Amino acid sequence: MALQSLDILRRSASPTAAPQARNPLEVAKLIDVSVCIGCKACQVACSEWNELRDDVGSCVGVYDNPTDLSAQAWTVMRFNEVEQPDVSGGKLEWLIRKDGCMHCADPGCLKACPSPGAIIQYKNGIVDFHQENCIGCGYCVSGCPFNVPRINPKDNKAYKCNLCSDRVAVGQEPACVKTCPTGAIQFGSKEDMQEVAAKRVTDLKSRGYDNAGLYDPQGVGGTHVMYVLHHADKPELYNNLPKDPAISTTVSLWKGLLKPVATLGIAAAGLFGFFHYITVGPNRAEDEHEAEEEVTK
Amino acid sequence: MKEQLIQRYNAAERINHWVVAVCFILLAISGLAFFYPAFFWLTGVFGTPQLARIVHPFVGVVMFIAFARQFFRYWHHNLVTSEDVKWMKSVKEVMKGNEVGDIGRYNGGQKGMFWVMVGCMALLLISGVIAWRPYFALYFPIPLIRVALLVHAASALVLIASIIVHVYAALWVQGTIRAMVEGVVTHAWARKHHPKWFREMTGKES
Ligand code: SF4
Repeated sequence: MALQSLDILRRSASPTAAPQARNPLEVAKLIDVSVCIGCKACQVACSEWNELRDDVGSCVGVYDNPTDLSAQAWTVMRFNEVEQPDVSGGKLEWLIRKDGCMHCADPGCLKACPSPGAIIQYKNGIVDFHQENCIGCGYCVSGCPFNVPRINPKDNKAYKCNLCSDRVAVGQEPACVKTCPTGAIQFGSKEDMQEVAAKRVTDLKSRGYDNAGLYDPQGVGGTHVMYVLHHADKPELYNNLPKDPAISTTVSLWKGLLKPVATLGIAAAGLFGFFHYITVGPNRAEDEHEAEEEVTK
Repeated sequence: MKEQLIQRYNAAERINHWVVAVCFILLAISGLAFFYPAFFWLTGVFGTPQLARIVHPFVGVVMFIAFARQFFRYWHHNLVTSEDVKWMKSVKEVMKGNEVGDIGRYNGGQKGMFWVMVGCMALLLISGVIAWRPYFALYFPIPLIRVALLVHAASALVLIASIIVHVYAALWVQGTIRAMVEGVVTHAWARKHHPKWFREMTGKES
């Protein structure tokens, strides 16, 4: 929610700059998929800290529970069993990815949102939803390249992970990071996290994962949640993590080119009418005075 | 001698027209608010921003139903003929205030406008339903919703520009507003702008 904050990089639907005098460090959360054991402690920590309780679901035959993100589940573990000849020689791999908001540097949700101040991007990189300004249109859902925001059926507001912006604002790490028992989730400056990742990637490569790498997709300007993947060449293996995510062209046209074109079109129609009237003048049916003549006869 | 008048639109037609018109204005105002961040305050037309988001699609449905009634009233008057093509080609002359061709009930410009409106209304309805939260959007894939949002905005903007032309044309050609308010036009108006229709209505030579 909106605390007095002087470090706002961007604000949805706001043509002028937000207060941004403060210069916090750019932060990032690093999720090392190769270390994660899928215990879901982070899921629990998230719901505890944010006081969210999703409905008790039912077992769908795999570990995914809840099976999808929702207004009450801002992060979920995605379990994928992969057995492909070109991946680790065809041996079975259990790829587990913690899904949630990626906190893009160029957030599609923020670009799409029509409501001023419903989506805030802080200078530290966190993309936060301010639900009191949300109108429930769902444009953010269409804008997101990762399919993350969810509209709450109870209040028709959009929700997603806010990287514990409240905790980070007072110098703490996000709840999921704090709780992770294996150290698979780390938090720090983006630069530090890139360094940690580079070490992990070198290690994975030395252990036979030739395609290990950091997932920090540049199509969205880089993200403030990054993954270390053992198969960075095939992010789709991890529950369809997009290979080259970017804001969809359709959304860019809608929020970009269409605006000046529309402004020109509407202005042209209005101005044409105005100038036509004051130059050519009204089109009157001439013989009105003929009728008058008849009257006087 | 009293002014000689011809009935152009009966009461039902006028009510129908103004239902569409009022819905259109409310929709255009709230729609522009969702489209232009700097005009977001126009959502106030429905009280609050979230109310505007909730009410906008329902008003859209009312407009569509009322427009559909108009479509069935007028489509057969709007079939484009060679006379209309001639009119469209000489639109420059027309703009100077000189009539072109033996015009029936509607001229080429009015017919063109009619079909543009029909197209926009159809696109707006389809794309609007696809993007409508919370009721329908969840049944459609996100890439389709993206296209719907683009189509909805683009066709709405075409419609808004067209309606500006429509309103201006009615103001410019004096005596036209009366047709949609009181339902009547003068003989002089009909003889000048719609000579063929005038003959049909009065049996007189124009
Ligand atoms: S649902 Fe809310 S946050 Fe999402 S785009 Fe609409 S107003 Fe913005």
